[in-house]
Amino acid sequence: MMRPTNTWFAEKLGDHGIYTQYMEDHHPAHMPCLEIRLLDWQQAAEIALRLEMRLVAVWATEGGCHDQPDSMFAYMGLAHPEHRHVLLRTQLGRERREIASISRHYIAACRMERHMQDMLGITVSDIPDGRRWIKHEHWPEDALPLRSEFAATTRMAQAEGSYPYVSSNSEAVCQIAVGPVHAGIIEPGHFRFLTVGEMILNMEERLGYVHKGIEKAMCGKTAAAGIRLAARISGDASVGHSWAFAHACEYAAGIRPPRRASYLRGILCERERMANHIGDIGAICNDAAFSFMHAQMQRLREDMARMHKQLFGHRLLMDTLIPGGVSIDLDQRGCRLLSEQTRMLAAEVEHLRTIYADHPSIQQRVIGSGIVSVNEARDIGLLGYVGRASGNYADERIEEAYPPYNELEVHVPQGRHGDVATRVWARFEEIADSARMIIRLLEQLPEGAVSNAWQAPEAGTSGFSAVESWRGEIACWLRFGDHGLIDRFFVRDPSVINWLGLELAVRDVPVPDFPLNNKSFNCSYSGNDL
Amino acid sequence: MLKLLKQIIMTGDKSEPLPDSDAIELLGEQLHAHIRKHFAGSLAIRAVDAGSCNGCELEIHATGNCYYDLERFGCHFVASPRHADMLLVTGPVTRNMATAVKMTFAAMPQPAFVVAVGDCASGCGVFEPDHYAIAGAVNDIIPVHASIRGCPPEPADIIRGILQVIARRAA
Repeated sequence: MMRPTNTWFAEKLGDHGIYTQYMEDHHPAHMPCLEIRLLDWQQAAEIALRLEMRLVAVWATEGGCHDQPDSMFAYMGLAHPEHRHVLLRTQLGRERREIASISRHYIAACRMERHMQDMLGITVSDIPDGRRWIKHEHWPEDALPLRSEFAATTRMAQAEGSYPYVSSNSEAVCQIAVGPVHAGIIEPGHFRFLTVGEMILNMEERLGYVHKGIEKAMCGKTAAAGIRLAARISGDASVGHSWAFAHACEYAAGIRPPRRASYLRGILCERERMANHIGDIGAICNDAAFSFMHAQMQRLREDMARMHKQLFGHRLLMDTLIPGGVSIDLDQRGCRLLSEQTRMLAAEVEHLRTIYADHPSIQQRVIGSGIVSVNEARDIGLLGYVGRASGNYADERIEEAYPPYNELEVHVPQGRHGDVATRVWARFEEIADSARMIIRLLEQLPEGAVSNAWQAPEAGTSGFSAVESWRGEIACWLRFGDHGLIDRFFVRDPSVINWLGLELAVRDVPVPDFPLNNKSFNCSYSGNDL
Repeated sequence: MLKLLKQIIMTGDKSEPLPDSDAIELLGEQLHAHIRKHFAGSLAIRAVDAGSCNGCELEIHATGNCYYDLERFGCHFVASPRHADMLLVTGPVTRNMATAVKMTFAAMPQPAFVVAVGDCASGCGVFEPDHYAIAGAVNDIIPVHASIRGCPPEPADIIRGILQVIARRAA
């Protein structure tokens, strides 16, 4: 399916006197990469904002074999509901690795710009918050892991330093430090609460604890080896990340997976969505002491995991996708089992939903707690069910409509209240919709091969993909180098953006309701920290 | 409320013997005896993610669901290392978590068991041990008494691993 080159944004920029040049070595053409001048960087962001585009990501990388030696580029990904994705890139000065911040237009850019500063030593001028992010205080200042002169196997010296948290000098304000080791069985991160009495005045996130250097580790890997790592960027969104990675590779290489493979990917991804929503709804209820729901939902989740093990060989569906297709297949019996179980799950969840709705004790906790307004959600560009609960309905299954979703009708729940109850509601709706789509995909599963041969593209070719994982849009960009090995890699988990929503949501929420809110977002730490 | 009660009754008791299982059931009984004798009937476990992808956490969670019901063997998860007899550590230990992992271990009353859960915790898994962001496998950072392999290990493997380390130690 070749789509025409997307020229919309280039024309709009041209109207404002910003000259753009298409990158011939970037694919796909419907998500083009345009090169602009460094001095137009900030204005381009401002124009995009006026055009009601949302920010997908900002990142930077060293040039490839088609670029001048020793060059460095910043990238900006933007998306419009109708006119879709476009990437802008600009070359940084050779003497001064400096670029203007776009955080004043897109606040979600700030942490990604901090990441650019940390990992590449780029100076982002006018950045509203210049503190280190992933690069914790015990890293040496001159450690710049994403530069080529920094070997992946470098043993960094131990440095001293401290991290200046947002603080208050009022006597009425208490400070509560939580983490990185949390009380539950969850990932590590630090939350710094400023509280007045029982209420949260401000909650600040400090992440980066599970930084495993995935961007660096991906360099020099083949696509086949890389997808195993991509499947472990965030273990609960294994299919989503594998798919985004595979798509970016396939776009770069001009390979299309067979139709049957796309259907199977859709089935796996929707099953992953159901499993996580089911587990999370139980966990949210558990955080409000409604343990009945937790026990019931964990039972259903376990049923799903066992079926995945039986049919696909892995309870969390890891390593089921490969570049060019999928490594699993379904026979008729498998289709029947999966279809029957999906139907059964949808019915059970609907029944449990009536019990959830009937219980004032849980309703009283979730309704009105942790509100993110529509305006705030749009300013940040919240993704997935978090966005859908707050009036921001970006969904790549509709906007990008990659196979198999080009043949399906996706119903996006459209909430506006933005509280815990609406986020739970959006998840219930998505479970039902995913079940419907899985059954449909199984009924219409086309015959044929499940993968096409993988052939790496020539050196210097880059690919970009945007895939709707269960948490929301995953954006992935990568460039190939010599011998079919990945040269540079970038991925943006939806959590990078949604974590900001949590900070807003919990203002004026009592401290005991924080876990409830945190779980209703359930952002990934590993996906954020990479 | 009636609907809720009906659902509970209709769901019934789902707890099952562990798969491959006569040996495990037997081990479970032995273990229960060990826990009664050496841990006053309850083994307190603390889980720490030292850098995992969250896959191992999902499976540790699953050990508590109604099918496996780890608590029936006298084990339960606690919120602080100060209350724990055993530490489950997941993930390769990242440079940014190394200090927290050491502090967590130091906070435990001794003697304490440490179990590395999953391929990453046991030997860094898909991650490279000499990578700049990785401090090492768990036993490079704190002493480890047992490892449970798998990416991630399945709930039955985790339970089996816990039971075996206790049985071996207590024997």
